[in-house]
Amino acid sequence: MHTTLLNIVLADDDEDDRMLFAEAIEEISIRTKLSLFNHGQELMDYLVLPNVVLPSLIFLDLNMPIKNGMECLKEIRSNSKLKDLCVAIYSTSSSENDIEETFLNGANIYVKKPDNFAKLREVVEKVLQLNWQYHTSNLNKDTFLFRI
Amino acid sequence: MKIFLKYDFDALCKTFIKEHLDALNISYAINSINEVVIKDDFTGEKHSILSDALKKYGIEILTDQKSTLIERIKQAIDDMLDDDDNKNLKLSSYLSDTLNYSYTYLSTVFSENTYTSIENYTILRKVDLAKALMCNTNLTLTEIAYQLNYSSVAHLSGQFKKTTGLTPSAFQNIMKKKKNIIYNTRLK
Repeated sequence: MHTTLLNIVLADDDEDDRMLFAEAIEEISIRTKLSLFNHGQELMDYLVLPNVVLPSLIFLDLNMPIKNGMECLKEIRSNSKLKDLCVAIYSTSSSENDIEETFLNGANIYVKKPDNFAKLREVVEKVLQLNWQYHTSNLNKDTFLFRI
Repeated sequence: MKIFLKYDFDALCKTFIKEHLDALNISYAINSINEVVIKDDFTGEKHSILSDALKKYGIEILTDQKSTLIERIKQAIDDMLDDDDNKNLKLSSYLSDTLNYSYTYLSTVFSENTYTSIENYTILRKVDLAKALMCNTNLTLTEIAYQLNYSSVAHLSGQFKKTTGLTPSAFQNIMKKKKNIIYNTRLK
């Protein structure tokens, strides 16, 4: 089981955030292949490529230029090929309205960006574990809803 | 018009497996949704026909001993949560008695292969069942707590919040709104 690589993508316009995230994901025990995107449009262009291997988990920043996270989320949920993908929102916002709106638009996990590296590693690991359980166990995907 | 469906997952799986095995003329006994005893010779050809037929429904015939054991552990946890006579038992003794392995062995195999412990998986599964009961039944939180063998509503709420980051009522609220959105967009 441990030989399978988990395909993860992150769309975030902040270079530092992308770098820290990549470092955090390197350090945890789950083996992953991470692809990074600078904004939502870049991610969406990638996801609709004809022979793309779809990721098992998408991390989406909310505030991005060109196409923001909420728009990506809506497009993903209304695209029949992408609608079942697991989406985690990864944002600095802790506004209750933002959080509720992402859930209503189909986000599975809402992650508030942690303010230190140790916490980030912990949070990323928790999300990956949850995602793994939902992919390998008989858990109900309709109620796959977590706030971390 | 919109119709609502409720599934009996166990019956669904058993009927499904039964139909596929019958089609191949195999003599078998279904022990549980994760375990089927094949009484005939199950040669390469039949094995691959069945394996291909099931694959497109996301069902996999496990070949690896450890993944088989992990599925049996998960099934045993579900059985225990489901059975009123068993749910007061201690998880560790229930699992070692049912599966005939020491709990230390079971918990090591589980942790090494699933990125989580048996205890944490059980909590996640219980919360998952609580979510389903909140969405699909009219049971109160007190009744749900009782059914899932929590000592009190506070215990259920606490574990729910700790696991999902949401209070049960926030969760119910979101699910209710989601249902309305889906309903309204279908009507348009």
